[in-house]
Amino acid sequence: MSEHVTITIDDRKVKARVGEKLLWTALENDIYIPHLCAIEEEKRPNASCRLCFVEIEGMSHPVTSCTKTVEEGMVVKTRSSRVDRLVKTGFELLLSDHDLKCRECPANRNCALQKIAKGRGLKLRQKRFTLIERDYELDDSPAEFAFNRSRCVLCGQCVWADRRENEIGVIGFARRGINRVVTTFQDLPLAESICKECTVCVDVCPVGALYYKKTAE
Amino acid sequence: MQLKEGEKEQILSCVKDVLNKSSKKREDLIPILQKVQAKLGYLPALAMEIISEGTGVSGADVYGLATFYNQFRLIPPGDHQIKVCLGTACYMVGGDITLESFERRMEIKEGETTSDRRYSLERVACVGCCTMAPVVVVDDEVEGKVTPTRVDGIMLALKNGNDQTKDKQDQEQEDGEQQ
Repeated sequence: MSEHVTITIDDRKVKARVGEKLLWTALENDIYIPHLCAIEEEKRPNASCRLCFVEIEGMSHPVTSCTKTVEEGMVVKTRSSRVDRLVKTGFELLLSDHDLKCRECPANRNCALQKIAKGRGLKLRQKRFTLIERDYELDDSPAEFAFNRSRCVLCGQCVWADRRENEIGVIGFARRGINRVVTTFQDLPLAESICKECTVCVDVCPVGALYYKKTAE
Repeated sequence: MQLKEGEKEQILSCVKDVLNKSSKKREDLIPILQKVQAKLGYLPALAMEIISEGTGVSGADVYGLATFYNQFRLIPPGDHQIKVCLGTACYMVGGDITLESFERRMEIKEGETTSDRRYSLERVACVGCCTMAPVVVVDDEVEGKVTPTRVDGIMLALKNGNDQTKDKQDQEQEDGEQQ
């Protein structure tokens, strides 16, 4: 059996490694699919951001490309009216509780949300859902970085990085539904927790939730 | 919430006991938390710390789990537990107003316990007697048609009831001393 399979994405034939997930094949070949929560090394993807939908020929509904393993002869379309609708809704929901003060945000122009909006022609200021204004307290207790939960999109990249870096796990998800947050044990400020301030979580944050203090100045 | 005297030892021995009797894999975490809560009435931070060490699951994950499920409570229940129903029927006839009057009377928010640990206030979704809406469950007694005036009555009864049992204890103590 060969190590590679050939699939078609948007009428382009591309080679993919056996066992690879569709999203990563597409991204390697410069085919853009929006994504926030996807982590290549993760065995069971969370598939929680609901942005990486694609149409696969022979399947009745759009599927998340981060969970779909490539198969020989697969025919994929990254855009369709159904895909666009799902992505738009997912994106609008993400932004419905997002602190949209881009000009004050250290991730401005370097933000995954802005990139998705640009890539798919979506508006950052959505009107469909009632805006929920977050008033989480800013955690600027660590020396080098700070955590603004009002900007967090709950992608889980920081939690994953944190687990990979130190096995104890400083941060994790807590609470449920609309109240879900990334937090420490007992909601302690990071400096008072077991955090060693290794800043791996800051490096992977796709938005401006975890940021270096010096970039905010 | 501040731990009372002797409570630390109680928590330590309880958690140790539960951990000794149970396997300590990640999937055993929920049963462990349930057993500890059944014994202590709630999950103190100290208990979660020991469980995290014992099972090797990170503290953040134990905390995440305990805050995810409604069945786990992180603050101790009061001597008297008051549950205000906010199911559809109770809500329609002003259950939220009843809840608010309790909050004002006790000076706590829903889900909290008074600092003297005498009362705790919770909201529930339907206790199964919607004809009596708005319903409040005081300890195990169901109270129907609870208006803000009735809230005052319930609080007064609880206070007097407390005083009576307290008086009784005092009396018995005095009697004992006299003998």
